[in-house]
Amino acid sequence: MLNYFKIAYRNLGRHRRRSILSGLALAMGTALLMFIAAFFQGEMRSSMETTLRLNTGHIQVQDADYDPDKLSVAWEYLIENPQQAVVQIEALEQVQTATPRLMASGIVSVLDESIGVQIMGIVPDSEANDPYRDGLVSGEFLTADDREGILIGYPLAESLGLEVGDQLTLLVNTSDGDVDEQNFRVRGVFSTGTSAYDKGIVFLPLAKAQAFSGAENHASMIFILLHDREQADAVADAIQGEGYQVKTWSEMNELLVLVNDFSNAYLMIINLIVLGVTATVIINTLLMSVFERTREIGILTAIGMKGRQIIALFLAEASLLALGGIAFGSLMGWALSAYFGKVGIYFGDLGISGDMLLQDRIYPYLTFDSAVNLMITAFIITVLASIYPARMASRMEPVEALHGSN
Amino acid sequence: MEVAKLTDVTRVYKIGEVETRALNGVSITIGSGEFTSLVGPSGSGKTTLLQLIGCLDQPTSGRVVINGKETTNLNRNQRADLRKGTIGFVFQFFALIPTLTAYENVEMPLLLNGKNPAERKHRVMELLEAVDLMDRVHHRPDQLSGGQQQRVAVARALATNPTMILADEPTANLDTTNGEQIMDIMKKLNHETGVTFVFATHDPRVIKHANRVVTLQDGLITNDSNTNGKS
Ligand SMILES: Nc1ncnc2c1ncn2[C@@H]1O[C@H](COP(=O)(O)OP(=O)(O)O)[C@@H](O)[C@H]1O
Ligand SMILES: [Mg+2]
Repeated sequence: MLNYFKIAYRNLGRHRRRSILSGLALAMGTALLMFIAAFFQGEMRSSMETTLRLNTGHIQVQDADYDPDKLSVAWEYLIENPQQAVVQIEALEQVQTATPRLMASGIVSVLDESIGVQIMGIVPDSEANDPYRDGLVSGEFLTADDREGILIGYPLAESLGLEVGDQLTLLVNTSDGDVDEQNFRVRGVFSTGTSAYDKGIVFLPLAKAQAFSGAENHASMIFILLHDREQADAVADAIQGEGYQVKTWSEMNELLVLVNDFSNAYLMIINLIVLGVTATVIINTLLMSVFERTREIGILTAIGMKGRQIIALFLAEASLLALGGIAFGSLMGWALSAYFGKVGIYFGDLGISGDMLLQDRIYPYLTFDSAVNLMITAFIITVLASIYPARMASRMEPVEALHGSN
Repeated sequence: MEVAKLTDVTRVYKIGEVETRALNGVSITIGSGEFTSLVGPSGSGKTTLLQLIGCLDQPTSGRVVINGKETTNLNRNQRADLRKGTIGFVFQFFALIPTLTAYENVEMPLLLNGKNPAERKHRVMELLEAVDLMDRVHHRPDQLSGGQQQRVAVARALATNPTMILADEPTANLDTTNGEQIMDIMKKLNHETGVTFVFATHDPRVIKHANRVVTLQDGLITNDSNTNGKS
């Protein structure tokens, strides 16, 4: 058998610098794309995780008329006596934890500064509150019977100049449509790593929040976390009840789910664009080789080499270039992703809030699948691109190729 | 036996509007075992004629029959097939593949003909010995002198035991000594194996080796020592 790769390898060595440079172009493209893929995935993963952990949970049970955007604590929108339902839901084996929460709107003011916030009444002991407990920057977490303690986020504490032990005034929109006002003492300051979230929310113990807002024995929702979020539909079906609405995470985060689903398509488009550029570099290199080796191709044809064998020779060259470039690029891309996957990339508060929460620091996360996908795509595109110069070489008439020989 | 028979062959090159009649109605028959020289001034059509005999090119009109086989309607791949078993080429420039060693250059046509490794090795060594290059087997072309490169080219042309070897001014870029050596080798191979040689040249030192001299002028055969005697 004719060893195309041996010849191809030597041909690449003829213009070592040129070969290395075009291999490097492909390597850089691959590294960049691998990093982008890792970044994208890290972002999606973090955004999904953060949003579910902080915002929506995996399932929420609400009153049939509840509207999460209104933050109304009028009784008609709330669940009465949620405790019994909580116990029943927690009995389901797929459920990790379920806890009632009350959401109200209010204003925090200190001296002459005031900022609008969401007031969330929580059962302090519930493990659903771990992100806040673990994120405690200073002070203590709330206890269930605390009557004047409040927990605030780090960005809010910063902008109002508040420290643990300081006093603030909290205004609340009450159940009967009035406004009430009371002083609280900062028990603790937390940071979840998502400034957009932390700057707009304060926590009270559920009992205090209920008393303060006039919600009494009502809650806005039962917040449920599952062991496995894929079980959400099954669990939601199991806990349907008259007068309630049961919402799963995918229903509550339609935008996020959509973005997630399309992220692969986005990545593919970016891949094609970048690889298209690197492919032109490779095509260019091969075209140069074809023109330089016109006479050589003529000789090979003269001694009986066929068109497809000449194509194979150039494709072998492109494959070697692709393999080298992609291997090196993947190594770089992996190293970059691994390094930044550890230290993270700081973006700060991107100002996204509500439907999609992002951590201030994004940790690239490279999956095996996306790495392999990229490598295969890069290889195929490079080899496909080199078909053009290879065919061009194969179509040279031996006479023309040998022209200038005498 | 005829190795090649060309009948009333013309070849017109067209570059843009300019037409060049490189051959203008040439008929020639090459017999087996000939050692024939094509002579004539530069531009007279020697290379064009060799390329037609060698199936590297196709005539504008006329017929080319190689080993009794009509080639007029063969496509590019069929012509490549015909060449690789029956015709060897030696060019004026030392047409070796620069990335391959002397050994690998001679081996290439054998690879293209699907010969097995043992056969290849035997044949390559035999040929390199015949052209006196046993001490340069694994050298690359750039490590060889012009004469050595041309000897490798001759060995390569002979590799597949072709019936005919076409050499286009094989000594033009060689000094007298190396030129003589190439001619001696070709003559010896012609004697020993009976392979037909046709070479284009305008070097008198080469012409004297030929046992048939065909003279070309402006795309026409003006003299053929073969028919001279008869007519
Ligand atoms: N590929 C080509 N394209 C155009 N003209 C050519 C080509 N090859 C040869 N010619 C022309 O054809 C004529 C014969 O050339 P050639 O066969 O190379 O002569 P020789 O080998 O005797 O010098 C010359 O006028 C030359 O310029
Ligand atoms: Mg010539």
